[in-house]
Amino acid sequence: MTKSFNLKAWLLLLPALSLLVAFTHWPTLKTLWRSVTWARSDVAPSQFVGLENYQLLMDDPVFWQVIENNFWYAVGTVPTSIALAIAMALWVNGKIRHKGLLRLAYFTPTILPMITVANIWLFFYSPGIGLFDQILGSIGIQGPNWLGDPDTALPSLMAMTIWKEAGFFMIFYLAALQTLSPELYDAARLEGAGPWRIFRRITFPLLMPTTLFVLINALLNAFKLVDHLFILTKGGPNNASNLLLYYIYETAFSFLDSYYAATLTVIMLIALALIALVQILMFDRKIHYR
Amino acid sequence: MSNWFQRLSTFSAYLLGVIWIMPLLYAFWAAFHPPEYATQFSLFAPLTLENFVAAWDQAPFYRYMLNTIIITSLILASQLFVCTLAGYALAREKFLGRGIAFALVLTQLMVMPEVLIVENYKTLADLGQIDTHLGVGLPYLASAFGIFLLRQTFKTVPQELEDAARVEGLSGLSLIWKVFVPMAFPTYLAYSLVSISYHWNNFLWPLVVTNTEDSRPLTVGMAIFGAPESGVDWSIISAGTLIAIGPLLALFLVFQRQFIQSFMQAGIK
Amino acid sequence: MKTIGKTFASVALAAMMGTASAATDLTMYYPVAVGGALTKIVDGIVADFEKENPDINVNAIYAGNYNDARVKALAALQSGEPAQLSVMFSIDVHELRNLDAIEAFDDLISTDEERQWLDSFYPALMENGKADGKTWGVPFQRSTIVMYYNKDAFREAGLDPETPPTTWEEFAEVGKALKKMDDGGSVERWGAMIPSTGYQYWMFGALTKQNGEVLMNQAGNETYFDKPGVVEALNYWKDLGSKHKVMPEGVIEWGTLRQNFLEEKTAIMWHSTGNLTTVKENAKFDFGVAKLPGQKELGSPTGGGNFYIFKNSTPEEKAAALKLVKFMTSAQQAANWSKATGYMGVSQDAYETDTLKSYVKEFPPAAVARDQLADATAELSTHEAGRVRKFIDDAIQAALTGQSSAQEALEDAQKQSTRVLKRYK
Repeated sequence: MTKSFNLKAWLLLLPALSLLVAFTHWPTLKTLWRSVTWARSDVAPSQFVGLENYQLLMDDPVFWQVIENNFWYAVGTVPTSIALAIAMALWVNGKIRHKGLLRLAYFTPTILPMITVANIWLFFYSPGIGLFDQILGSIGIQGPNWLGDPDTALPSLMAMTIWKEAGFFMIFYLAALQTLSPELYDAARLEGAGPWRIFRRITFPLLMPTTLFVLINALLNAFKLVDHLFILTKGGPNNASNLLLYYIYETAFSFLDSYYAATLTVIMLIALALIALVQILMFDRKIHYR
Repeated sequence: MSNWFQRLSTFSAYLLGVIWIMPLLYAFWAAFHPPEYATQFSLFAPLTLENFVAAWDQAPFYRYMLNTIIITSLILASQLFVCTLAGYALAREKFLGRGIAFALVLTQLMVMPEVLIVENYKTLADLGQIDTHLGVGLPYLASAFGIFLLRQTFKTVPQELEDAARVEGLSGLSLIWKVFVPMAFPTYLAYSLVSISYHWNNFLWPLVVTNTEDSRPLTVGMAIFGAPESGVDWSIISAGTLIAIGPLLALFLVFQRQFIQSFMQAGIK
Repeated sequence: MKTIGKTFASVALAAMMGTASAATDLTMYYPVAVGGALTKIVDGIVADFEKENPDINVNAIYAGNYNDARVKALAALQSGEPAQLSVMFSIDVHELRNLDAIEAFDDLISTDEERQWLDSFYPALMENGKADGKTWGVPFQRSTIVMYYNKDAFREAGLDPETPPTTWEEFAEVGKALKKMDDGGSVERWGAMIPSTGYQYWMFGALTKQNGEVLMNQAGNETYFDKPGVVEALNYWKDLGSKHKVMPEGVIEWGTLRQNFLEEKTAIMWHSTGNLTTVKENAKFDFGVAKLPGQKELGSPTGGGNFYIFKNSTPEEKAAALKLVKFMTSAQQAANWSKATGYMGVSQDAYETDTLKSYVKEFPPAAVARDQLADATAELSTHEAGRVRKFIDDAIQAALTGQSSAQEALEDAQKQSTRVLKRYK
């Protein structure tokens, strides 16, 4: 069959493509356009202002803080979630007792809505009366003001993010582990390799494709998961835990400035494009491995 | 194998399990005990259902749940239909521009609808779909993930099977419906569960596009219900939380094996 | 009060016969953070109104917190959906006028009786609703900040529970006396807590007023964040934590503060009067409510929501909307509302009703908010309100958490708000 125009194929693609264009590609272009325009209010006509909005962005300390926070948020959540996910998968895949229960416990956060559970975490973090402070208090330590101290606010949010996603990533590792052949392990054990060595030399390298996949997802989540901010900190204190997507929401729907929000969105799109680039490069390398 | 390593590992596994389930355990604790025990733990705390009554009384959970069910099923139905057609075209049809079409689809894996809330909100306002079930669903009706998943599955259907079906006179939509869809059943199940649990829990976009009880899903309702502005009452919030996650949690507990298998299946692809 | 109700009804009847007899539909946006109690009360009032005015149908839309309600109402207006009136933040007045969304009440009223009604509210509650010499917002769901204190803790510390602190100095001293440590050297009960998330600019408005300053001008295009008196106020707030140690250092969460007070983790809290009913129902100890202490003078900002009527509706709808606003703010309704929620009765007449008279007699704290009105000031309200609020909110948290000095933080906030407000001069 030669490649040629194929009406049937395009008709089959039509519903999907028109929806995707209408709600992904077209709004992306509109965002780019909006970021170079401005109007006094939402009812007034907008005009072209060139890079003025980007100039504002450069001068906006909150923007820089948000970018920095997002960086640390990714650094803090991505490797930890992946490491925990691998550990969980190994445990649940091994000979431990009550495997089913354990797997259930690890996986449960995946199906709980972040926004409602955030209220329960608010209790955990609450100074004095909260669970963490009660536990620390029982061994004579006065806990910090978790969400109220700029040094601990963002790490507190990270902890909840890790809790939310580690069990989800575990599933992917579990799936990968079950495809590994037991003979390989028998052989390694015959040679007298310890558990750590087996993990480092056999399991981890074989899990590499899964790790790449999970890595990309975890990076995307570092930009996407902001639901808990609405309840826990609202980005405070003094923006110490503010993240890019939450700042976009705030700008668009609290300050009612869709032009500046569009400018911020462009930055987000650039970051996502960079992640996509990383993904393409890494997957190319992976093919070499095979 | 060193014994202490084994023990430490086992201990960590259980400890982590306890930590991971803690928020849920606490929700049960607070929901079934009177408010004065919300932050104090005592074995002899009396049990009560008062909090559920209060929560049920304070927010229209029934309506929220109905909205969530409508929105989630609307999205799922559309996704299954739209993604099947597109997945089939990308997997089994050869045509000029297939690479571009596939690339266009994959864009959405990166640029998730959450990122474009500002423009999508304006589009929805122009369409007059603010505060409707359709409005909450629209940006999600086509899913790049779904298309990708089904494309991979359809690719594995043997050519002989398709040829045989063609000999029997099947073609076009009936070929897809009678041959490809049944073959991909496990993928459909896996994808459906992933989609349901995603949209049941989705928050940011519904927050932006819903205004009233007419379309507000559980997550947004819960956020308003439990907003810290009004002073937090953990007992009632916990009761509300359990009401909100109840159906999904029950479904999950009953079908947990299938659930996890499905997620695993979606992950392998 | 019944007679007023009757004249009301007859006026309504006359109006009905005078105009077309077709029913008028009103859509009202209303902010309630709690799903529950408040919506039921508002629904009740609306039902009473509809009974008296069978020709008017009211559709109340509960749209979340103040911010949500504003966003939703404005979105409805822009997309052409019906919206005739709304309760929104009293401080939204400048932004609503910039959008040309609201009508001045002066242009809607015509009779003497209506003029009398508009003059019947406490003047302090009208401040945030006025701009350019006209009244744009009518007070309804209004509050001030009051001091809740644990009388048992006062007794335990050897203090007189009937004389709560009235000056900044006393406040710090009393706080120190009330603070309780356990054997391990951890704090078991703090002396006092002033919340610094969510609405910290509001709390700060109280401290600045007490120090004889205001945060902005009436036109809402100038702020005074870096005045020496304002800086002093923020330093005092910070000192309560870092120097006097009566309050935890860092930021104190608004939403969980009430729980802290009820759990006796703090002996004093500053909070909205809107919490009064809940505290009354849940406190297991003897508690009191007092005016906030003062430095140069006493003071608290008012807060909460006003009624606004939207421009984009027919004359009949506007007349019906005005009628609804008048009904809901009438003395008896305002009194019922106040008793049920803890919010203030908005007029002198409301406190003259039997309902509130007897309630105040059996529960004196209910009158503290009213008595404090004499010393009240307007809440921070400017153009670009969302942004300007964030500047001052961030500055307060920066100073309280020790990220920068009060002076620096406030100078920075002032610089930024001046930049943003330049366009509105």
